[in-house]
Amino acid sequence: MPHSISPESTPAEDSSMPHVNAQPLKSEPSTPSKDIAMSDALSSPEDSKTKVNLEGLFDDEDSDLEFPSSASQIKSEEEPSQPEPFRITSRSTFSDPEIMRAFYQRLFPFRYLFQWLNHNPTPSNDFAHREFAFTLPNDAYLRYQSFPTADLLRKQCIQLLPSRFEIGPVYSTNPRDRKTVRKASAFRPLTKELVFDIDMTDYDDVRTCCTGASICHKCWAFITMAIKVVDVALRDDFGFKHILWVYSGRRGAHAWVCDKRARELDDSKRRAIAGYLELLKGGDQGGKKVNVRRPLHPHLDRSLNILKEHFQTSILIEQDPWAEEKYAHLLQLLPDPTLRAALQKKWDSSPSRPSTSKWSDIDNLAKTGALSKTSKELLEAKQDIVLEYTYPRLDAEVSKKLNHLLKSPFVVHPGTGRVCVPIDTRKVEEFDPLSVPTVTQLLSEIDEWEGEGEQKVQDWEKTSLVPYVEFFRTFVGGLLKEERRGLKREREEGGDEMEF
Amino acid sequence: MIPHDFSRIDPKRRVNLDYKKRQFAKPEFKHQKYEHRLNYYILPPTAEITLEEFETWAINRLKVLSELEACTFRNRTPEETAEYMTSIVNKYLPLRSNSSRGQNLQEERKKDHYSHFILRLAFSATEDLRRRFSRLETMLFRLRFKDDDPRERKDFVSGLKLEWEEVGADEKRELGNELAAAGGVKGEEQEWFKVDWERVPELVEQRRVLLKRGKAYVPQREQISLVVAEFTRRLDEALELTSRALPRLDEDDRLAPILAHLSHSFTSPDAAYSSSDASIDGLSTITANAIDTLSQHFPLCMQNLHMTLRANSHLKHYGRLQYTLFLKGIGLSLDECIMFWRRSFKLMTDDKFSKEYKYNIRHAYGDVGGDANRRGRGYTPYSCQKILTEPLPGPGQSHGCPYRTFTQDNLNALLQRTGVNDKDLLKVVKDDVSKQRYHVACNRVFEWAHRREIKKVKDDGTWSATDLDTIVHPNTYFKRGWLLKHLGDGNAGVVNGGEKMEE
Ligand SMILES: [Zn+2]
Repeated sequence: MPHSISPESTPAEDSSMPHVNAQPLKSEPSTPSKDIAMSDALSSPEDSKTKVNLEGLFDDEDSDLEFPSSASQIKSEEEPSQPEPFRITSRSTFSDPEIMRAFYQRLFPFRYLFQWLNHNPTPSNDFAHREFAFTLPNDAYLRYQSFPTADLLRKQCIQLLPSRFEIGPVYSTNPRDRKTVRKASAFRPLTKELVFDIDMTDYDDVRTCCTGASICHKCWAFITMAIKVVDVALRDDFGFKHILWVYSGRRGAHAWVCDKRARELDDSKRRAIAGYLELLKGGDQGGKKVNVRRPLHPHLDRSLNILKEHFQTSILIEQDPWAEEKYAHLLQLLPDPTLRAALQKKWDSSPSRPSTSKWSDIDNLAKTGALSKTSKELLEAKQDIVLEYTYPRLDAEVSKKLNHLLKSPFVVHPGTGRVCVPIDTRKVEEFDPLSVPTVTQLLSEIDEWEGEGEQKVQDWEKTSLVPYVEFFRTFVGGLLKEERRGLKREREEGGDEMEF
Repeated sequence: MIPHDFSRIDPKRRVNLDYKKRQFAKPEFKHQKYEHRLNYYILPPTAEITLEEFETWAINRLKVLSELEACTFRNRTPEETAEYMTSIVNKYLPLRSNSSRGQNLQEERKKDHYSHFILRLAFSATEDLRRRFSRLETMLFRLRFKDDDPRERKDFVSGLKLEWEEVGADEKRELGNELAAAGGVKGEEQEWFKVDWERVPELVEQRRVLLKRGKAYVPQREQISLVVAEFTRRLDEALELTSRALPRLDEDDRLAPILAHLSHSFTSPDAAYSSSDASIDGLSTITANAIDTLSQHFPLCMQNLHMTLRANSHLKHYGRLQYTLFLKGIGLSLDECIMFWRRSFKLMTDDKFSKEYKYNIRHAYGDVGGDANRRGRGYTPYSCQKILTEPLPGPGQSHGCPYRTFTQDNLNALLQRTGVNDKDLLKVVKDDVSKQRYHVACNRVFEWAHRREIKKVKDDGTWSATDLDTIVHPNTYFKRGWLLKHLGDGNAGVVNGGEKMEE
């Protein structure tokens, strides 16, 4: 379970083993620490400056200042030990603490992350009561962190240099105070984005091009297909509008459905959506994985139409799943014994026929009379096969629980060094996971940047992270606009009631 | 809306238990009149009942709910459940329709009403109990809804004033094909309702409704889902409120012990697992090396995990968890268990193993984790019920009960690999499985594999009938199987009452 856990799992009930719940002492806000312990930060002289800064930052989508650029940054942080300017060398790797420090200081878009989670320009409990969980460089896992402002989150990141961090639900009280509340029920998760996790491991039985952690353009098609099918269902069927897809940094993608209506779903409703989208049943020994009734439900019918084309290229040509003797599985999926025997005979004598030919052999032989069932049954069996090889395979457990945590967008994947950037679904076919920038590449880009003019340019603007941050900013802008409309509506409706 | 809730009313006023006083005092509250057989349990009871009624009624309802739960565990179909429950409901909690012209309609409904509220109090204390209670009450409500007199049911539903929008003729025509495909019926032939999809999560989950921009199009015949979902929603809300009011109730020393007792009898099966269950006389301390040999005594679900592990040198998460807990249950110590997994994951580095796997094993044993986990000595080994009600394994996963998760052919092959080759037996097993009687199939295989030993202990009277009752826990399967195969080693009769892990 790489990206997801549920908090407070009770031993007998919860079937998922939780992550490490260790709480190293140095994370405690009250522990004095040489630079930016939280308590210090709250009362530090820079605090007032920070506040002014924050308020200025959050009043609209298009204010101009990101966090101060690197030079002034170092000054305001009073970190003279910081090498200046930071140099990427050929020997630098993304696990170096200095790399992570530079990443959090210069590149991570904390401001938009804050706006995204806070739903409001002014800091509110949507952000302050939100759980963050850090994976520290020593692999300790730090749960129940929370921050009143974006800047405090940023400071904590720079101090602890987490290899990644995850985002959990908004709680009824500040997660840091969870032990001081009198009743257990006073600390409970209230809202969280509806999330989805698609991971290539679930495709291992249909993927022939790569194994394990590696991916290539061919198998990325599985993820592209999944995004297309899930995205349209969430929009057209459930009516959600604010859906953020994020590259998970190695071999998968996450979705964050941010509409208010989605954030407020309880577990049973999350389970309902996961069930609606889930299709493949049965483990490796389960035989046929698709068993759906006819007529196909409109969602499946639409999905099949999307997936049909991909099947021809991404599956038949690129994966060639029934090469050589592997056609046995295909035979197993065909219901007609007469046709099966005829195909078996043909393929036994020429096993090297590519999958595309074998797929058309089915219809060709059926036409010549080797069919004992109806052509409708054959068509349906073929549809089922298309679905088995292309339909999205979700890690449904992640979606079912309000209190699951999921890796934050824009963190660095510790294995690949790639940044978990958003995926623009309007151009989902063009997304290339192998050209997503790595943290070391981005930092070199800053060093190599040669700007001119008076204007201060923020560090991220000097890098190939720009399109991704801008996409995220626009996304967050759209979400905030809708939240404001919602608030206004509520006020007006409330007002009406007052008059009666 | 009438703002009453059971939780907000002082229990002392609601249930006047002082019968001496009662003889003289006039009842302060009026008796409610029950027009409908079905009840959404919105209004709390107001009349007085005796302490004895309080307890008996609650126990009777509890009996019904427990039997309902047992039906889900035995994987009975809704029809089988309805049939099985008829006699039980008639005995403990009869509830007849107006058309039955029964004599005690009001009395029956009162008992139904009161017992529901008493159990609400007893089971609102923890999230877990609330969930379970809500699930079972929903089942009971559905059962009754289905067999209600159609006209009375209609009256009841229209009395609820649930808001749903009818789909007009134009829209019905426009969406004709899609409506038909989603609902499995001809679109224009029946009435449809339009509601926010959140109102019918179970229909959404099973893709039995059309969804458009957040609205679910529900066919008339699925109305039951709407009514049931609304029942559950209101009950869940009420339980939440009750739980917050509970501390006040603790002060009532007459009710508290009864309520505690009720809820305890509802929870105990889970809690009864103890480390003594793990110890088997005559079986020396189990080591990691012994698992391969011992695995011949494992039930099919665990043999499957074991073989998959040996074949792949790996198991996915849920399989690991299921197997780890089983091994813990047979008495494998934490250290040996870690050793077992370490050696089994042949292809993995020590570093990766320590980082990603070891902690989970320790957590399952209660060696790490929060206080509650340590105190409870980790997780309880899974019962058949737990294994049968878990989500089906996905691609690459191998947890669960093979009788349920395997196709017929693969199950046959697996059984034969484990030495089950009797044709007649395989045929009966196939039949069991097709009827979803998975644990029956498993018990059948057990009885076949141990037929000689079972005959012996029955004949010489060393084992009683309860020593041989239906196996409902993988650890019982192992323990009983191992003991039967080692009868000569002086173990006869040592199967004692220790096997009450989970029912
Ligand atoms: Zn590949």
